[in-house]
Amino acid sequence: MNATIQQEPVDAVGELNRRLYPPARQLALSAWKWLRFVPIVSARRETKPRVSARKRLPMKIHEYQAKDLLRAAGVPVLAGRVVQTPQEAVAAYKELGTSVCAIKAQIHAGGRGKGTIKGSSQHGVELAKNADDAARIATGLLGNTLVTIQTGPEGQVVRKVFVESGCAIDRELYCAVLVDRRVGSPVLIASTAGGVDIEQVAEKTPELIVSEPFDPDRGLASFQTRVLASKLLLPASTWRNADAFFRKLCHAFVSLDASLLEINPLVLTKEGEFIALDAKMTFDDSALFRHKNIASLRDEAEEEPAETLASAAGLSYVKLSGNIGCLVNGAGLAMSTMDLVKYHGGEPANFLDVGGGANVEQVTEAFKIILSDKHVKAILVNIFGGIMRCTTIATAVVEASRSIGFTVPLVVRLEGTEVEEGKKILANSGTSIITADGLTDAAKKVVAAAKAVV
Amino acid sequence: MSILVNRDTRVICQGITGKVGEFHTRGCLEYGTRMVGGVTPGKGGESVAELPVFDTVLEAVTATGANATMIFVPPAFAADAILEAVNAGIELVVAITEGIPVLDMARVMPVVHASKSRLIGPNCPGIITPAECKIGIMPGYIHAPGHVGVMSRSGTLTYEAVWQLTQLGHGQSTCVGLGGDPLVGTSFVDLLQMFEEDPETHAILMMGEIGGSAEEEAAAFVKDHVTKPVAAFIAGRTAPPGKRMGHAGAIISGGKGTAEAKLDALRSAGIEIAESPADMAIALAKALGKRRK
Repeated sequence: MNATIQQEPVDAVGELNRRLYPPARQLALSAWKWLRFVPIVSARRETKPRVSARKRLPMKIHEYQAKDLLRAAGVPVLAGRVVQTPQEAVAAYKELGTSVCAIKAQIHAGGRGKGTIKGSSQHGVELAKNADDAARIATGLLGNTLVTIQTGPEGQVVRKVFVESGCAIDRELYCAVLVDRRVGSPVLIASTAGGVDIEQVAEKTPELIVSEPFDPDRGLASFQTRVLASKLLLPASTWRNADAFFRKLCHAFVSLDASLLEINPLVLTKEGEFIALDAKMTFDDSALFRHKNIASLRDEAEEEPAETLASAAGLSYVKLSGNIGCLVNGAGLAMSTMDLVKYHGGEPANFLDVGGGANVEQVTEAFKIILSDKHVKAILVNIFGGIMRCTTIATAVVEASRSIGFTVPLVVRLEGTEVEEGKKILANSGTSIITADGLTDAAKKVVAAAKAVV
Repeated sequence: MSILVNRDTRVICQGITGKVGEFHTRGCLEYGTRMVGGVTPGKGGESVAELPVFDTVLEAVTATGANATMIFVPPAFAADAILEAVNAGIELVVAITEGIPVLDMARVMPVVHASKSRLIGPNCPGIITPAECKIGIMPGYIHAPGHVGVMSRSGTLTYEAVWQLTQLGHGQSTCVGLGGDPLVGTSFVDLLQMFEEDPETHAILMMGEIGGSAEEEAAAFVKDHVTKPVAAFIAGRTAPPGKRMGHAGAIISGGKGTAEAKLDALRSAGIEIAESPADMAIALAKALGKRRK
């Protein structure tokens, strides 16, 4: 359906096999198959930031929550228990009863397997072969900070761990369901390259990724799962199981209004079963109104506190690493304002969209959120008043700045409806607000102000 | 001339009895749009802004001869409203509503594509042919009639660009907001084709943003099919990577979606790039000064 799928030539299978499993790797694999009951979750990297024109960001949940949802939808997952103390981890290990269990840190970020706990060499996912292992690993994780390639250097505190039983792995695959903008429908994508950095696979060997679009109501058809199974070089004896797995997965995606459902790795066991060994799910915030049970899975402890506050106030906020706070109406203009600040030598501290009809309360909340970031040295307000009058926003800015009483320089650029009156309100406010004429002037002023503070 | 809408376009508003629907219906009327009625199920027979309200779109079309609709129906019911408009044979469906579930739009898209209707949006500011017809929420006064076709994925950034154009003396033929959602009815490519064919449009200004591959597709189309000067700005050049989980989207677009990839594609198509959002109209003026082909 898209450019990433290419019809393989006749010797495709042989070629694919050679590329995927060169002799050395095949040997290593056969050893691993027996030793490695539960593969380490691969490190993955997000290269595409989710600063889009969407009001809010997709809601994330933990792996154990995603697996509960998948289990309920009939998608095979392993038995597991989520625990918050080492004692509970030991009890869970004993209860699960497999000789090897995986102890997995539950944080809202990927790359856990390769990530390490601050101040120790412990990884975010480790295997326990006995009860003592389980206690030791859980102790090392709980309450400590896990740094992965996705968390940034500050890391994330591990508050829960998931103790999961093991299985005998034959092969690891990758699969994900998401909505493809170009096709205009959900698609199932899969690759023989499981457990690795799928983005690199997409970039370097796109022919190893296969994808099938499907209608949300009809779901994935069986012939499509056969197409996938044959492209994934799955033995024919497993096709029936593959069909059930993929169709149930797609059904789960649709019925839960997910925006991403990623299984990496998806494993084929020695017994020919397909199991979702990891599960990453995010949801379409716009559809949460019809999924109260999913909305209740939100774990605010895992979210940037300022982003949670912003979301509650109906604002869209993403924290960045610079020192110039930005308050803008409209997502496109907000992104452009960040670009503008950077273009003039500054570093934006955040993305913040107050939306189309911001009032005094929202603007006040927006200022509080921006100022909760202690790195902020100056603030730029950039409003293009369309439906929202500049007088309204000017009044809100003045009132908010008075009620909060902040000390960092504030540069305000207004344009649009009732702009002159708005500027007068700012000028006559008796506050130290710096007014700017035009985008460039505003950017230069705020960058200079931030540098002057230091 | 212009594209899609002009002084003869007959417009209804779905969701006209809602606060927002009524407010913007009045705004469009004031601008001079030929608003001919509205639809709210269960409120047929009432009137809003001296316009008749109907229970169904089909009734409204039959009674008023409407050929365009502006949708302000709440998100949970908006996809159904789009389907109703398409089913009633409305040529131009402008969905302003923000927050429609993505899978609802995935269900709507095949129906729209199989019909003769054109969908703009959802989650968009609308469409305007200055001094003739405004369907949407944009402030009318910032526009001026002229010969620049404007298209964008975002609202206030479009206002910014239009304002810059008007200040610089470049009026607009038609301005279209495509919408910020992952699935939208009309693409840059669709509009490029229309602008290219419209004799009153002499140049095109587009505002894109990171994510997806709509800008790359637009660049490829410009290269092969557009003779008119084109300028562009891409929002989100400084949006940093590495903060969010889940990256399967990058697979679909095969490494596309970054601002740099988009800018490279646009430049290689001979499109004039605005480096700063303050220079969008200046970039258009530069593009007008050069002949692409």
